[in-house]
Amino acid sequence: MLQIQKFDKTFNRDTMNSVHALNQVDLTIEASSFVVVVGTNGSGKSTLLNAIAGTFLPDTGSIELANTNITRWPEHRRARFIGRVFQDPFKGTAPGMTIAENLALASGRGRRRGLKQALNRSALGVFKGRLASLNMGLEDRLNNPIGSLSGGQRQAITLLMATWLKTDLLLLDEHTAALDPRAADQIIRLTTDIVSQKKLTTMMVTHSMNQAVSQGDRLIMMHKGEIMHDLSGAEKSRLRPDDLLTRFDEIRRSEQLDSSAAQLLEANYV
Amino acid sequence: MNLLLASLTIGFILSLLSAGVYISFRIFHMPDITADGSFALGAAVSAVLIVQEVNPVVATSAGFAAGCVAGLVTGMLHTRFKINNLLSGILVMTALYSVNLHIMGKSNVPMLYETTLMTMAAKLPTLMGSEDVVNILGWDISNSDAATFLFAILMIVAVSVVLNRFFRTHLGTAMRATGDNPDMIRALGVNTGNMITLGLCISNGLVALSGSLLAQYQGFADVQMGIGMIVLGLASVIIGEALVGSAGIGLTLCGVIMGSLLFRLLIAIALRWGLNPTDLKLITAIFVLVALIVPRFGGKLTHRKQRSSHASDTKV
Ligand SMILES: Nc1ncnc2c1ncn2[C@@H]1O[C@H](COP(=O)(O)OP(=O)(O)OP(=O)(O)O)[C@@H](O)[C@H]1O
Ligand SMILES: [Mg+2]
Repeated sequence: MLQIQKFDKTFNRDTMNSVHALNQVDLTIEASSFVVVVGTNGSGKSTLLNAIAGTFLPDTGSIELANTNITRWPEHRRARFIGRVFQDPFKGTAPGMTIAENLALASGRGRRRGLKQALNRSALGVFKGRLASLNMGLEDRLNNPIGSLSGGQRQAITLLMATWLKTDLLLLDEHTAALDPRAADQIIRLTTDIVSQKKLTTMMVTHSMNQAVSQGDRLIMMHKGEIMHDLSGAEKSRLRPDDLLTRFDEIRRSEQLDSSAAQLLEANYV
Repeated sequence: MNLLLASLTIGFILSLLSAGVYISFRIFHMPDITADGSFALGAAVSAVLIVQEVNPVVATSAGFAAGCVAGLVTGMLHTRFKINNLLSGILVMTALYSVNLHIMGKSNVPMLYETTLMTMAAKLPTLMGSEDVVNILGWDISNSDAATFLFAILMIVAVSVVLNRFFRTHLGTAMRATGDNPDMIRALGVNTGNMITLGLCISNGLVALSGSLLAQYQGFADVQMGIGMIVLGLASVIIGEALVGSAGIGLTLCGVIMGSLLFRLLIAIALRWGLNPTDLKLITAIFVLVALIVPRFGGKLTHRKQRSSHASDTKV
């Protein structure tokens, strides 16, 4: 279970570029729930995931994961609990190293890295088996550098790596956005398989309305660093792409209203 | 012939330096100029201890350890205090110049009549009952020269074997990944700062070991002997990669050793042809410059990112 309380973060505080990226966010996610995160560009989706992963520390507020207060933990320490896949397929794997080496790195996630040889026959056997489950023919390319793979293949491997060990939380930040439609579908299917099979607690950011309505058992919509809507249960399963679009439009309209109201005020009183 | 053998011996000794530079430059993409300081540091520490009749093995190990400490300091400056990596190296290198002078007490410590690792190696064949002059491939070589030559090879082979194994361990793999993709390896729970610091420790330890052995080979340590060593290491690494490419750690290390030897030979030949020794560092620097620029005009690597949207999907 993930519990975020009154999480607040302002980037570049006290400068002209000050951004209130997360505004007193409260969020509780039950174990094994799959939460889809949507919102307009710059609404704070990635920032929320980064906050949980520990890329930066909060100004105020707290985070608890698996009954442990991890608010002050650095990123690398939280990695023991958290698996991540980034939007950029180049970000989740080490391009200059082989598939086998990357998997070996993942198999030690959050653990002490000792002086045992990373690749041995039994490890390679396990790697082959799990790669075969991807049905991409990668099991025969264990010694190829990751850099020689396509974006979709890389994301598939990153997903495998992020969930290699027991994971209390899986964070997916637009992990299909940089892929062509076919590869994106493939990765989404793979995601659903892994998440349901391992009953993983998952947060997935997406801009795709189809993904947002078809995936997950809960949906949160972010706006200006706050959670605007939080739908679950029947409300979430009944949700259709058009409903979601309407909600986006509402936000846009209210924003336009805000800005035109501000203009009006400015014109009249300043 | 003796000149060639001496060149090769020095080449093998300096390949330890190149292996160290390989770690900082190729694994962490950080030209670590600490090397200039730690090369002379290794020489200084070992020389002073040897003059005080300390066992040469201990003295050499102490030189290596001193280099590790220098790397540790650079690593901490960079990763803990967030000082730019070049500047961290420059600060430590500059400080080491004074440190080395303090250690030696003067700018030059001769060891001509002391027992060093090199003199020990040189005496070994006679002790084992070999002739004074041995014939190798039709050349007559004094047995002591042959012994020091073999000893230098032994050192770099041992170091290479250990490094090759180390970089295949879980720890070593994580260290390589730190240079390849720090975001990724941090997300996998590795403290990248510690990896860089440890890597610089090992790197500068090897550089200092190289300095220590060179001092023992030439019979003196000099406070100036580190100047330009980083560039020399870079030259060897670059030549090495041109020779074997960069597939796999083991092969690359072999390449780096060959690079060191080749570079040494080129210099020996150039000096023979009348190159003014004054110009040596200038030529080395120009060589590295050219080697760094030329690949950029070769086939430019372009990677395309696929980016398109679902035809039937709405994106918000
Ligand atoms: N490290 C940072 N420094 C300064 N500002 C930041 C930083 N990270 C995020 N921001 C700002 O915080 C806001 C939220 O950004 P965030 O990346 O979370 O948006 P997002 O919802 O993920 O948008 P997108 O859909 O475009 O990915 C933006 O205004 C962004 O510029
Ligand atoms: Mg984002």
